[in-house]
Amino acid sequence: MAEFGSITERLDRNHFEPDEEESHIEVDQAAAKATGAGPLLVRICPAHVYSIQAHGSVGVTYQACLECGTCLAVAPPGTLRWHYPRGGLGVSYREG
Amino acid sequence: MVVEQEPTEVDFDAIVIGGGVAGTVCAYQLAKESRSVLLIDRGAEVGSKNLSGGVFYCRVMEQAFPGFVEEAPVERVINRNCVSFLSPTSFVNIDYWDQRLSEPVNAVTVLRTKLDAWLCEQCENAGVVVMPGVRVDSLIMEGGQVVGVRAGEDELRAHVVVAADGVNSFLAQDAGIRAKEPTKHLAVGVKSVVKLPREVIEDRFNLTGNQGAAYAMVGDCTQSVAGGGFMYTNRDSISIGVVLRLDDLEAKGLTSSEVHDHFLAHPAIAPFLKDGELLEYGCHLTIEDGPAMVKHDLTRPGLVIIGDAAGFTLNTGLTIRGMDLAAASAIAAATAVIKALDANDFSQAAMDVYQQELDKSFVGADMKTYERAPAFLENSLMYEELGLLMSDVFHGVFNLDLTPRKHLLATARMAFKKSPIKVKQMVGIGLAAVRAL
Repeated sequence: MAEFGSITERLDRNHFEPDEEESHIEVDQAAAKATGAGPLLVRICPAHVYSIQAHGSVGVTYQACLECGTCLAVAPPGTLRWHYPRGGLGVSYREG
Repeated sequence: MVVEQEPTEVDFDAIVIGGGVAGTVCAYQLAKESRSVLLIDRGAEVGSKNLSGGVFYCRVMEQAFPGFVEEAPVERVINRNCVSFLSPTSFVNIDYWDQRLSEPVNAVTVLRTKLDAWLCEQCENAGVVVMPGVRVDSLIMEGGQVVGVRAGEDELRAHVVVAADGVNSFLAQDAGIRAKEPTKHLAVGVKSVVKLPREVIEDRFNLTGNQGAAYAMVGDCTQSVAGGGFMYTNRDSISIGVVLRLDDLEAKGLTSSEVHDHFLAHPAIAPFLKDGELLEYGCHLTIEDGPAMVKHDLTRPGLVIIGDAAGFTLNTGLTIRGMDLAAASAIAAATAVIKALDANDFSQAAMDVYQQELDKSFVGADMKTYERAPAFLENSLMYEELGLLMSDVFHGVFNLDLTPRKHLLATARMAFKKSPIKVKQMVGIGLAAVRAL
């Protein structure tokens, strides 16, 4: 499997049109801390959008989002605001 | 002065949101009957957000597009189905090849960006106004009736809105129809498309011409997370990945991408992919318990919900179906919408004709037939112990280690002794399977 590279390297092959003005994902850091949602988001996201930062907050690389909605489905209530990116932006699959 | 009663001002007879199989088929059916239709998709191109495992049980498409298999960009005709139990050291298969599955064609593999682009083209040719790159933000409600959609500053009005916006359907939530789905109803699919020369695929999977193979697996492919692995042949690539039920993935504390990688690196699987080039890594949320999900309403005055947005997906253990149900629900919805337009009646009763049309078709029947399949598939023994048990039985038979041989019954008995599955349980699983699946 090493031959396909890291997830970041794999996503580099996909076509993304990132929304430079706004993120479609917002983590409520206090709620995430209270519920321990961070590690769950990190594990569950196939695109590795979420990361735990040095000071314990949840980092979001929304530009890499594949827009599946898995994080929203598992996130404890109140920890995550997630909607689709604005029209025409985000990932464009070439195979699907 | 007589004020003439203005008929309700609309921009279109119908607005369809979402350019997947459900949305495009519905829009096409409506346009073919000379209704004015707008198809909105949030992707830069229609279909660019869409992803499927890839097997399409496509007989239903003949109803909308006669000659579908010849005309549409399909990958391979699936006439070889393998059901596999994977353990860390073994790969036990039921390998079913049957020429009858290609005469007529029963299932094909597809890559969605190609298929959906074609479906969109059919829509345009039939007169559908296609609007890609637009995200619909909400429904416009007036007096309890859906009368249009809002996208940013824009408002567009129609007699009927068709929500075909996929598994996450924010529009169904907006209409108050769907609440947050329990995680055990959902699964995440993580998929790679691996490019290989056509001849290599045909050799590795024992295929001729445009024929193809589809593997559905349980066991070590998901590191025992409820769900399964799949491997499908395309023309010159392989679609391979895992489907992981969210409640179990969460409970087992595993990382979705690592489970995917573990599967592709399995010693029985890796040789299929050897020297392949990764074309795409993607993921998609999917439905594990469609029958439970579709129990919510499917309509409101002026609104119908079709495809994944409604919950039309079936995992029967052996077949995993979504696109065929999407197409059939779209055809049922189009029939209902045409009747409503003819009668100029968009009330709840008029929209509920959709439910009646579904009940008349295989969709309604199959959703009922497989109602108990998800509960059966919740049996955790399926995802680890069963595969181990089967491989131990076969290992006992084929491993001639110079110890005196035992009859098959004694060999099986020994395998059962080692396994936490009791014979009685196994009989129970077997009986439950033939009833639920």
